[in-house]
Amino acid sequence: MADDPRPGAEGPGGSGPAIGKDEWVARSGERRLHREGVLGTIEERVRTLPWWAWLTAIAAGFAVLPVADSSGYVRRVAFDTLLYMLLALGLNIVVGWGGLLDLGYVAFYGVGAYTYAILGSDKFGIHIPTIALIPLVVVIGAIAGFLVGLPSRRLVGDYLAIVTLFFLQIFLTLSINGDDLFGLGNITGGANGILRVDPLSFFGHSLPVQHEGIFAVSYLYVVLGIFVVVYVALRLVNESRTGRAWRSLREDPLAAEVMGMPVNWLKLMSFSFGAAVAALTGTFFAALNASVFPLTFSFPLLITVYTMVILGGSGNQFGVAIGAILVSVVLELLRDPGNARVLFYVGVVLGLLAALRISRRLGIVLAATVALGFAVHAVARAIDSSWVAGQTADGRVVPGWASHWVIVPSHLADWISPVSYVGLVASVLALTLVRGWWRLVCVPPVLYLAAFVWENVMLAKPEPTRYIVLGVLLISLMIVRPNGLFGEKRVEII
Amino acid sequence: MAFGGLKCVDELDLHVDEGEIVSVIGPNGAGKTTLFNLVTGVYEPTTGDIVFAGESIKGLEPHKIARRGIARTFQTLRLFLNMSVRENVMAAAYGHTKAGVFRSMFRTPGQRREEKEIRELAERRLAFFGDRLMGYRWDQPAYSLSYANRRRLEIARATATNPRMLLLDEPAAGMNPKETQEITELIGTLRSEGGYTILVIEHDMHVVAGVSDRVIALDHGVKIAEGSFEEVATNPRVVEAYLGTGAAERK
Repeated sequence: MADDPRPGAEGPGGSGPAIGKDEWVARSGERRLHREGVLGTIEERVRTLPWWAWLTAIAAGFAVLPVADSSGYVRRVAFDTLLYMLLALGLNIVVGWGGLLDLGYVAFYGVGAYTYAILGSDKFGIHIPTIALIPLVVVIGAIAGFLVGLPSRRLVGDYLAIVTLFFLQIFLTLSINGDDLFGLGNITGGANGILRVDPLSFFGHSLPVQHEGIFAVSYLYVVLGIFVVVYVALRLVNESRTGRAWRSLREDPLAAEVMGMPVNWLKLMSFSFGAAVAALTGTFFAALNASVFPLTFSFPLLITVYTMVILGGSGNQFGVAIGAILVSVVLELLRDPGNARVLFYVGVVLGLLAALRISRRLGIVLAATVALGFAVHAVARAIDSSWVAGQTADGRVVPGWASHWVIVPSHLADWISPVSYVGLVASVLALTLVRGWWRLVCVPPVLYLAAFVWENVMLAKPEPTRYIVLGVLLISLMIVRPNGLFGEKRVEII
Repeated sequence: MAFGGLKCVDELDLHVDEGEIVSVIGPNGAGKTTLFNLVTGVYEPTTGDIVFAGESIKGLEPHKIARRGIARTFQTLRLFLNMSVRENVMAAAYGHTKAGVFRSMFRTPGQRREEKEIRELAERRLAFFGDRLMGYRWDQPAYSLSYANRRRLEIARATATNPRMLLLDEPAAGMNPKETQEITELIGTLRSEGGYTILVIEHDMHVVAGVSDRVIALDHGVKIAEGSFEEVATNPRVVEAYLGTGAAERK
């Protein structure tokens, strides 16, 4: 092949390797990714940045946040986001590297929080100093992970998932009924939880949660520091003998075992380390909130943390951290109807952009949707003006021109909500079945229906809406990028 | 070895001398791969014993057998597809290296030294295949490799466990004649340069004829012939096993 005499066998420019040669073929993927011009150069630079540059960027972002915005709310959200990021890092050890589907993961977060609360509160009058208590909790978390791993180590896939899920349920049952379990007396406080948990304190100085009435930055910085330390430590483990063995285990347990890696032991280690990180996170949660309640560590949290890991790209540390930031911030934004509305319409437009690119079809769809809206609105007003006289859920009238676009009746008949909602889901599903021009024709009405449902039904119920939007986000992202935002490409073609 | 009532490898008496290259041949389902699974500890023999370097390895976990010096490749290719080519080989050094998790976290001098040795070992093992698995390929994921290169990577990974004995399960399967010729020479080089004792399963008789000191033919889990390639290839029972009853007489 090397002396291929055919014309055109030379690569671009004549000096490059010839077509058909291994390297030229193997690298075609990389070349396709590379764009020309200034943008291409920037993209190239960004892609080749070392991992610590990314970590520094994230850390710096969190560090300047309290300076840039002094509101307690922003600090609190940043703190919670950091906890999520730590949880995602821990889950990434078990799921992303070990390849073990551990559905009991948040139980270890609970174990950490409860252990911290029991050994550092007025509950039993025990007040172990923070500096000793945190390492103790981490060790207890690791042991808990090890113990859960013991009976599970021979299980894989669905079997492991169901057994670990069962452990989560055991944890919940024990903590909810822990006020009088097996006659042991009141240990966990049951549904009332444990109150007046000690704040973090170092060398006799306890960190105040509030400073002059707003969220103090100290907790934020402590957790940021811990996040950076955990991130770096895990990164170093991943690039070592143990990390390689973990990933080999994920790829092919039998081959790993036959190549001299003790697979059962590696599974236990992976469980242990994941649990230790979760328990560590739990201590900060308990210390900041000064209380723990059983239902914090339940299925919604499990689903949220899994969403972060999968969305960000399971197996990629940076990816899961970004996934955690994204999900946490989106869930927070969705609490406020104004923000949620912006997020919704931006999401719809971005989705259209991803599906149609910048093309004539995109213009047609957008124009048709806008025109359709004004037409429907005008017709509705002509029939009965009360149909368009309503206010949206947050009490604000739809801003500007949009108030002449989307129908918001002053009174919504009972049957409209469920019918329009189910109709929307059905028509979106139907949309995936039609092809070509028919699909283009169908898109504007569906979009308009979506806007109607959003303004009239979903905004009125912010709490379920948050999770529905998160679900839609997850589904659409999984279709576009099946391995998550930063996941490695996984193909098995021979 | 029996699965339920089915005897897959029955009273097989097999011996390989140090430094020898022995081929195992036989029709599909003869029990060749089962033999490999028994030796590497994937299955435990129901009766009998397996002795390696003077010690019984029967009933040991596969990773312990690997540490004693037996490494294998897989007929069906079981690479760590989403890891880089170099990492595939580095991972196999686990058994004869020591650095634990905490030493890795703190990057102790000993850990750094060991890591450097593992990396160099991997690069040496990959260099064994000429420029096939060199340079830019090291950092590419294993799934980007061609079929033939995946087979080579399997061998490189097996040798990174620093074995005394290599079990190669159909190393030439799916290769073109040129590549088959290459792999035949390579098996010889593996012995002369690596000093490995080699047990190889192969269907391609060019390879078997080219590399074997001794050939063993299996059928239905029973040894039906043993000896040099010429002796085994002309043995009527072997011909019968491959071509069916009557073939030997007609010949």
